[in-house]
Amino acid sequence: MELYPPKPPRDRRHLISVADLDRDDVERILQTAEGFESVMHRDLKKVPTLRGRTVMTVFFEPSTRTSSSFELAAKRLSADVVSLKASGSSVDKGESLRDTVQTLSAYDPDVIVIRHSSVGAAARVTEATDAHVVNAGDGCHQHPTQCLLDLYTMRAERGSLDSLHVAIVGDVAHSRVARSNIQGLRLMGAKVTLVGPPTLIPRDAASLGVEVRHDIGAIAAADVVYVLRMQKERMAAGAAYVPSLREYTALWGVTSARVRPGQLVMHPGPMNRGIEIAADVADGPNSRVADQVRAGLVVRMAVLYDLLAGPRPGAKAALRPVAVAAEEVA
Amino acid sequence: MAQRLFQAEAEPANLIIAGGRLVDPAAGFHGEAADLRIADGLIAEIGHDLRHPDAERLDATGLTVTPGLVDPHVHLRTPGDEHEEDIASGTRAAAAGGFVAILAMPNTTPVVDSAAVLAGLVETARAEAVVATGFMCAITRGLDGRNLTEMGELSAAGAAAFSDDGRPVADAGMLRRALQYSSITGLRLALHEEDTALSAGGQMHEGAVSAELGLRGWPAVAESTMIGRDLGIARYEGAGLHICHVSVAESVAEIRRARELGTDVSAEVTPHHLCLTDAAVRGLDPAAAKMNPPLGSDADRAALIDALADGTIDCVATDHAPHADHEKDAPFEEAPFGVIGLETAFAAVYTHLVEPGMLPLQTVIERMSSGPALAFGLPAPGLAAGRTADIAVWDLGASRVIEPPYASRSRNCAFTGRTLRGICRLTISGGRVAHRLIEAVA
Repeated sequence: MELYPPKPPRDRRHLISVADLDRDDVERILQTAEGFESVMHRDLKKVPTLRGRTVMTVFFEPSTRTSSSFELAAKRLSADVVSLKASGSSVDKGESLRDTVQTLSAYDPDVIVIRHSSVGAAARVTEATDAHVVNAGDGCHQHPTQCLLDLYTMRAERGSLDSLHVAIVGDVAHSRVARSNIQGLRLMGAKVTLVGPPTLIPRDAASLGVEVRHDIGAIAAADVVYVLRMQKERMAAGAAYVPSLREYTALWGVTSARVRPGQLVMHPGPMNRGIEIAADVADGPNSRVADQVRAGLVVRMAVLYDLLAGPRPGAKAALRPVAVAAEEVA
Repeated sequence: MAQRLFQAEAEPANLIIAGGRLVDPAAGFHGEAADLRIADGLIAEIGHDLRHPDAERLDATGLTVTPGLVDPHVHLRTPGDEHEEDIASGTRAAAAGGFVAILAMPNTTPVVDSAAVLAGLVETARAEAVVATGFMCAITRGLDGRNLTEMGELSAAGAAAFSDDGRPVADAGMLRRALQYSSITGLRLALHEEDTALSAGGQMHEGAVSAELGLRGWPAVAESTMIGRDLGIARYEGAGLHICHVSVAESVAEIRRARELGTDVSAEVTPHHLCLTDAAVRGLDPAAAKMNPPLGSDADRAALIDALADGTIDCVATDHAPHADHEKDAPFEEAPFGVIGLETAFAAVYTHLVEPGMLPLQTVIERMSSGPALAFGLPAPGLAAGRTADIAVWDLGASRVIEPPYASRSRNCAFTGRTLRGICRLTISGGRVAHRLIEAVA
């Protein structure tokens, strides 16, 4: 018996976890992102929606695509952008997360986008600032905008996520992308199968509402094969989650022989070609990796828009087509 | 025998606790209303309409009078981290929670592994401790797990028991030597059971919640396999053992089996493991939910409650572990382990286990008072004429929201923000009033 409600209440001022969103929120954000596609195809790729607003991106961990796409998304919306990397800042001098955030908050940002190596870091940041906080990855916990861009990519291909079957392959245990996608896919009615070595699937993963399989043959039944990055440190002496990269690739590598026509193959990047994904699959007709990167831009624009300029939280899909907002600048 | 509990000099109590309901199963009290007169710090008589010209009369109508509580597992952070707790603040917190005796753990800076460090603590306790305080000394020097402390000298200097708490005695051969050698002192070893090869990097109990949160799981077998190993060694040596902060069902099974085999084992469980589960980690607040061992599953909690009910586990201990705000105000994985518990221990257990009818009050009193006292060879508090007054008086009808300020110097409490029933109105330790929220009457 638990006397206390286990889940903290959802807080839509921020985007910390996919659990902050309901189905209507996801639909609204994906539709808003679709509206921004038209902006991408124009000569002047910019709308004035967030003019005068300030977005700070604070990355305590290395990142290429997430940091650049947040930065570009904010700029396409005409926001002022400040980007802070942990190296070269006071963080190297031992400043605490709270002190760093309080210092940045003195500039009165509207949004702080944060990536950090520790679970719960983004949630802690909400206690130290008045800004909206967007989690761009906290340890092995959550990466909600990656989930949204993946949902966007799948929906663009298949029209609906309802009853879609997605196999997530690889190092689920250490993957925030997997955790966010499991929640997001289940929220939208999709079926999820986890496939990977027993050492890299959490012991109680089935309690997340997914099927767990250890044989790569299980991907055959899926509409989408979602490949996770296999980090070399998992093979370090002493860690030994798998005996060698060679054996990992032999048993769980996603190769053209294991992918059937019509299946979509996705990967959050950066890819280890020849390890978790064969090069011909990564570049082949099934791959949607480049679409994911493009989706990252419009989805992050939509997330910023939704927090700062969007309809009231909990509302149905956006009433005001973003195309109108785009025309205002013309 | 050397003195093993120390407290500051104070005026012995002369008072009458009038009209309270007495609960002390060992003395045959199960809630009968009576007056209890204390003269010069001793229980002089128990009866009705007691009067005495020298005694202040306290109206305890509607209150519950019990033997004072004993906590065998407290971190007083002294010497070295007095900004987190010291003997004065820690014993005030104990008194506020109804504790009349506490045992402090030796994992301080420096470690309590020499008679010189112990002597300094004894001297401070004689000046500052408002409740009787004993000091456990390390099993191995500097908690290094390799070199025995001078247990003979430490015992003569007043050590209460031996423990490397905070760390396991990882080397089985070392533990065997410690069990053999410590037998010359008659003092018990209290073991922190953790196979660090299994728990390495663990942030919380391994289970459904760790799978959801992406925090590194700490498997139940990291505790239970070490308990099985060490109880086997103790049985072989014919030695006694105390198992600290039991947290999972698998460990309960090991202890139950050892008892069946006749092993001399005592074991403790904390209020937070009895009242909360790993679901509390979802809040990702390390000040409230990060401790070693971690909060377990619903099934673990149920097994711990059963074990406390049937005596497999004979002690409740707080593992009161103060940490500075700036250390706990960090992302979950970067914060240190531990929560404070002295001020909330009884109220938490009363609210979560007694009120819902899962455990009788009498059992809770035994496990929080005589149980730990007997495990460590200390005098058990009791409500009987002629005994030293070690008494707590409770308002079991009153509740409060748990929030700072605390008597403790730290604020990392698992129950912060929660409402608990059961407020301590009076604590008398060693015949001295240590805590009082009760008016005198004519």
